[in-house]
Amino acid sequence: MNRTIVKAEKLRKVYHLFAEEIAAVDGVDLEITAGEFVSIMGPSGSGKTTLLDMIGCLDSISDGTLEILGEDVSSTPESQLVKTRRGQIGFIFQDFSLIPSLTALENLQLGLFLAGKQTNRQKCLEMLDKVHLSHRCNHLPKQMSGGEQQRVAIARALVIEPDFLLADEPTGHLDTATTQTVFALLKEINAQQNLTIILATHDASIGSQTQRTILLKDGKIAS
Amino acid sequence: MNTLSIAVKNLRRKKIRSVLTIGGVSIAVAVLVSLMGFDKGYQQSLTSNIDRMGYQLLVTAKGCPYEAATMMLKGGGGLRYMEQDAYDQIRSDQRIEQITPQLVATVFDPDRAEGEGGFVMFMGIHDSYMKLKPWNKFKSGGWFSSPDADEVIMGFEAAELEQRNVGDEIFIPGKNKILKVAGIFERTGTQDDGIVFMPLQTTQQIFGLPGKLTGVGIKLKDIQTISKVEEDLYEVPGIQVISMAQVRGTILNLIASAKIMANSIAVIAIFIAVIGVINTILMSVFERTQEIGILKAMGASRFQIFRLIWAETILICSLGGIIGNIVALTASRAVEAIIVNILPFTPSGPIVVIYPALLVYALAGAVVLGLIAGLYPSWRACAMVPVEAIRRGE
Ligand SMILES: Nc1ncnc2c1ncn2[C@@H]1O[C@H](COP(=O)(O)OP(=O)(O)OP(=O)(O)O)[C@@H](O)[C@H]1O
Ligand SMILES: [Mg+2]
Repeated sequence: MNRTIVKAEKLRKVYHLFAEEIAAVDGVDLEITAGEFVSIMGPSGSGKTTLLDMIGCLDSISDGTLEILGEDVSSTPESQLVKTRRGQIGFIFQDFSLIPSLTALENLQLGLFLAGKQTNRQKCLEMLDKVHLSHRCNHLPKQMSGGEQQRVAIARALVIEPDFLLADEPTGHLDTATTQTVFALLKEINAQQNLTIILATHDASIGSQTQRTILLKDGKIAS
Repeated sequence: MNTLSIAVKNLRRKKIRSVLTIGGVSIAVAVLVSLMGFDKGYQQSLTSNIDRMGYQLLVTAKGCPYEAATMMLKGGGGLRYMEQDAYDQIRSDQRIEQITPQLVATVFDPDRAEGEGGFVMFMGIHDSYMKLKPWNKFKSGGWFSSPDADEVIMGFEAAELEQRNVGDEIFIPGKNKILKVAGIFERTGTQDDGIVFMPLQTTQQIFGLPGKLTGVGIKLKDIQTISKVEEDLYEVPGIQVISMAQVRGTILNLIASAKIMANSIAVIAIFIAVIGVINTILMSVFERTQEIGILKAMGASRFQIFRLIWAETILICSLGGIIGNIVALTASRAVEAIIVNILPFTPSGPIVVIYPALLVYALAGAVVLGLIAGLYPSWRACAMVPVEAIRRGE
């Protein structure tokens, strides 16, 4: 039996805006096991980012239970969640999120450093080679295209050898051709390393290519 | 990959801003170091000037002791006259090791300073003068041929200014008198360098002041007896006694208000620099909100974020401290020139003395300021909630 990566029951996230309560995620039951490639889809404002943030231990939950990598984080405050995410969860964001003052290689080394792991240069170079960017290792983010930057960001998430990967609209800022390259890379990683990937996207052409799609609507699972 | 190297790279990102902030700290540190150096240098030079007068007590005619104190440091006594009888009365005191009478006269020479005119100081002295100042050496020539000779001995700078050598003649403006240069002193680094010395009797005769003195310098056998001697001398009519320790205190009082003002400027400069540092770092923290959120997502602890921003602040302040020290060192002569113009009296010798410990203190001070200035921005950065920080940037 495959290891459970994420297990959520009646998961809720409520925002208080003045007197109003906004349930961004409203009673989600979810189980994701190791090796899965899951996409979360839904219209804008349906709660995709909010759900990913809780799964990624970036934000505390309001209600229900949440287990990440077998650890119950249901009542862990935000300030303590860093211990759970550090070194275990890889993040990829929509706008590339590389540190502008550091080169591609240094961005990877920083990833290892912050994950509390050895900043092994050789390992970083190998990882850049894996995303076909070894010739760009000494380039700054602004010297690279959006697609290249996103591949560096993927390499940075992978180099820490995380237990699973979270990607929030990783292709949101890319053109169709580049989107396919980046997505193909993610699929390859999932297939070769059996690494769990959870990806939020608007793009139905991408959602349809993953093993499983979770459709969100108004914070609830629609299918 | 460590905190410091990331901090350096972050500062390089906004070069002009970092340079300006470092510049602000540099100016504050340079001002502070210059002022502290002045404090030290002025006292040192004043003390050495006073020591080099060779006497611990000066007897002058009754008058304002403040005026007498400055006049004396500028050349040997207030221009008030006391009777030579008083000197004869004092000189036999057993507690005195050396005693020397002086008569100072200043003459306006219209040809000095390229036609602008200036004062020449003449001083009538006695053989005993050389015993009080054994370090006064002749560069050329020697002592007066007789106690009433029409001769002069010139201080080093006076001789250079007038371009005189031993054997040349010198003319006293307005006195219709020609004297011969008998000797020239080596440089002493004191006021003596600018004075033209004459035998006491000759001076009294030329300036029409028979039996008059402007001052009497006294060196005691035992410095412990100074207050008792001072007390006893007050019984001699028509004179006042000034101790050199008192002169030193009086002059330091004279410059105290100037020092307070200068120190206030330094405090303001430091205050402005600190505000500048906080502003710069805070601005860069807010600009990097999303980046800080990403760092936190990747596992950065609060402490790591705090340390990174703190390191940036301390870097700015340390660099400012180092540059400020260099500026203070290279500009100390210029600062000296400005101070000499402002103050009522400046001793000869270096006025701004920048010593190694001062540089170390200044740098340490800058680092401490960085530690303090960095607290708030670092706290703001480390308290950011990752989701909010990441979303705010989008
Ligand atoms: N900090 C917040 N305070 C109040 N409401 C919030 C906050 N963050 C998100 N929301 C609300 O929660 C709901 C879900 O937002 P979320 O960003 O998760 O949607 P999303 O599916 O990721 O949308 P998009 O496709 O546009 O990224 C939205 O209605 C949003 O307005
Ligand atoms: Mg979203």
